[in-house]
Amino acid sequence: MKKAFSTKLLGGVATTLAAIGFLTGSVSAEDLTVYTAVEAEDLKRYAAAFNEVHPDITVNWVRDSTGVVTAKLLAEKDNPQADVVWGLAGSSLLLMKKEDMFETYAPAGVDQLDSRFRDNSDAPVWAGMDAWVAAVCVNTVEAEANNLPMPTSWADLTKPEYKGHVAMPNPGSSGTGFLDVASWLQMFGEEDGWAFMDDLHENISHYTHSGSKPCKQAAAGEVSIGISFAFRAAKSKNQGAPLEIVMPSEGVGWEMEAAAIVKGTKKLDAAKKLMDFIVSKPAMEHYNQGYAVVAMPGISKPIENYPANITDSMIAMDFEWSANNRDAILAEWTDRYDSKSEPKN
Amino acid sequence: MAEVTNSTPLKVVKPKASRDDWTMRAFMVMIGAYLLIALAFPLYIMLSKSFENKDGVFIGVENYIKYFSTPALFNSIENSVTISIITMVITVTLAFIYAYALTRSCMRFKGFFKIMAMIPILVPSLLPGIGLIYMFGKQGYMKWLLFGETIYGPLGIVIAEVFFTFPHALLIIMTALSISDARLYEAATVLRAPKWKIFWTVTLPSARYGLISAAFVVFTLVITDFGVPKVIGGQYNVLAVDIYKQVIGQQNFSMGAVVSVVLLIPAIFAFFIDRQVQKKQVAQLSARAVPFEPKPDSKFDALMMSYSGFIVLIIVTILATCQFAALVKFWPYNLSLGLQHYNFDLMDGGGWDSYYNSIQMALWTAAVGTTVVFTGAYMVEKGRGFQQGRTLFQFLAMMPMAVPGMVLGLSYIFFFNNPDNPFNFIYGTMAILVVSTVTHFYTVAHLTAMTALKQMDKEFESVSQSLQQPFYKMFLKVTVPVCSPAILEIAIYLFVNAMTTVSAVVFIYSYHTQLASVAVLNMDDAGDIAPAAAMGMMIFYTNAAARLLHAVVSKYMEKKTQAWRQR
Repeated sequence: MKKAFSTKLLGGVATTLAAIGFLTGSVSAEDLTVYTAVEAEDLKRYAAAFNEVHPDITVNWVRDSTGVVTAKLLAEKDNPQADVVWGLAGSSLLLMKKEDMFETYAPAGVDQLDSRFRDNSDAPVWAGMDAWVAAVCVNTVEAEANNLPMPTSWADLTKPEYKGHVAMPNPGSSGTGFLDVASWLQMFGEEDGWAFMDDLHENISHYTHSGSKPCKQAAAGEVSIGISFAFRAAKSKNQGAPLEIVMPSEGVGWEMEAAAIVKGTKKLDAAKKLMDFIVSKPAMEHYNQGYAVVAMPGISKPIENYPANITDSMIAMDFEWSANNRDAILAEWTDRYDSKSEPKN
Repeated sequence: MAEVTNSTPLKVVKPKASRDDWTMRAFMVMIGAYLLIALAFPLYIMLSKSFENKDGVFIGVENYIKYFSTPALFNSIENSVTISIITMVITVTLAFIYAYALTRSCMRFKGFFKIMAMIPILVPSLLPGIGLIYMFGKQGYMKWLLFGETIYGPLGIVIAEVFFTFPHALLIIMTALSISDARLYEAATVLRAPKWKIFWTVTLPSARYGLISAAFVVFTLVITDFGVPKVIGGQYNVLAVDIYKQVIGQQNFSMGAVVSVVLLIPAIFAFFIDRQVQKKQVAQLSARAVPFEPKPDSKFDALMMSYSGFIVLIIVTILATCQFAALVKFWPYNLSLGLQHYNFDLMDGGGWDSYYNSIQMALWTAAVGTTVVFTGAYMVEKGRGFQQGRTLFQFLAMMPMAVPGMVLGLSYIFFFNNPDNPFNFIYGTMAILVVSTVTHFYTVAHLTAMTALKQMDKEFESVSQSLQQPFYKMFLKVTVPVCSPAILEIAIYLFVNAMTTVSAVVFIYSYHTQLASVAVLNMDDAGDIAPAAAMGMMIFYTNAAARLLHAVVSKYMEKKTQAWRQR
């Protein structure tokens, strides 16, 4: 008890000091600190849309890559700095839900969302925004130069002609990489899933630390084929990269971007207002500008260069399973593929 | 005004501490507290974290057992040591010849060659990695030079690390070669020793301490560097990147702490051997030594000049490649030029704000760091009383050299983010970045200050004391002006390093304090390698400008405060 008090007291002093503190802006009651991994260029748009409804609440973004934001939230577990998480991988949120880091809240209108995009437990903490779908980026110029046929399935990528031409994210450092591995294990079953990855590993030129890098490298011809995600692929193609976006015929894994209120926030009311907005139709329309699949059914408009019928390719992902087996899967993956020190040619 | 009665007491009387003594002790305690809070405590917390599980329960050496039974993890030790040793041998060899050319030949344009060789200090270590990808990657314009080898992996790491460590080794070896007794060479020549024998028996032995020191500095820099292997390491796992993977990729803080401890060991080992070796070094220059003057030798000078020219060409090529790539619209498919990669606000990593933050952070680091370091060094060297405390302080001040930036940064999360910590309020602010950076670069700055202070006779203090002047008056009116060249040197050293460091800040920056060097890392990570190159070059231009300003200010200060040096 005593400790809890001193913690609170120190926390209070700390917050006050931080507020008046060194080179940081002052924090008023209607400011929300929001952690996110959404692309930098979309943030201003999202906040502006929210302010159309609630002009009195300011959103202070803290943006970083999925891994960094997750690590930050976990590191700050005993002394949370964030009020709301808006736009972080669902698997990360599940991880933190296990640690009891979120406030229970079902936002108004959450039942409008596709059931896959909402927390169906008795004490819901998170709500989905949009889906982030795996895809394969193929550089047409390099494919032609290397006489590579256009792959159409995951199985194709294990054929010997692609040896040294494929890049994928390392699941140990990238959420997209983990999503790929988890989806293969769910799609093919554990045994066949690992067998597939064994074969794929033979063709991998390198593993990257981020999910968008394989596609950007494919766009720049640094590698011929990059296992990445559709959103990134469409963006690179729009920028004029010689890319063909392939949705493998077996189906693809996906991950959602989701939101939740951080437990212990002192601005619960404002946070709830933000959560209500996050699942609202205007917000969904904003997500739809970058993402073809959003949580609310029936409002998606197609996006230029985004693979058509992407929802048909999305497999039924068991996110709880992925979250619960994460450590074991990563240990197995690292043991199989990450212990080789020399890059293969 | 003062009748100084210097009566020698017959028996030993413990002198009573005056008010001035107490003020001085208060200062010593403050400065000592800084190093305890910014270095010793965080490291201790991190050490204890490596013996805890995810929920903070003490589990003994279980994490270590897990570490050493996972080949993917412990293989990195061998990898890290291997590339560090290879880089060490190559860098020291290249830097030795370059230093030899600068000190022992009569080649022309020595000033130019000296400046150009220092360029790598001004860029973040990620930048050579990025440059090499443009030169030797799959689309690299010099790819044919590799004969099918891939640049991603040990090859790329070593080349980029040689670039990055070259000036550090050069500075040390140059100092070693420039102090040499010409009489030894005369004697050898008179004895008709052939040139190669003179080289083996006179030149090398007299430079051996410098060479050893350079070797260890390079080893430590490489084994603790994170930028190069992150960018160009491919599948070649090294310790510094493993920490990042554990913490950022898997949010496994305990294992991150274990890898940190493992990484500390070789760094500390190298550091202590180096200290031992340096202790053995005795003054080589007796009072009667005659400085060595190289004699012109057209063949040899031409050879040395073409060698130096070649090294400079490599350095410039890597940088020019980065600058060119930053301006190209879409490498390699559209080589027309444009400025769109400078539109940092549309990229992940913090935008232009991160660049201004970096400048701000570097200025704070230079200002705060110089004050703390110089005052601290003064207390150690000229302080009175607290002998043991001063020895401890000296030890603490030497430690940061052996502590990798990532380890320091990670320990800061554990230490400063604890809500029970009264210093918790600096977490997430610019202040913690400044503290971390000052601490990370403490040792070299401290040594610079010590060297300058040692050149001042202790008499100054005695005189001021006998004139009943408080020490701070003496400090501000005499010591600081006399040592102003060293102080400026410390300030620019801290500024430049604060601009380029990634490892010390990568775990503790926040949204409002994103930095340019971290933006380079994050943009590269996201695959935006051209904007990463663009930002890296911005850091280079800023540092180059700061260096230039430093040169101008030093000149001016020298005129103002150092006139006494010339008679």
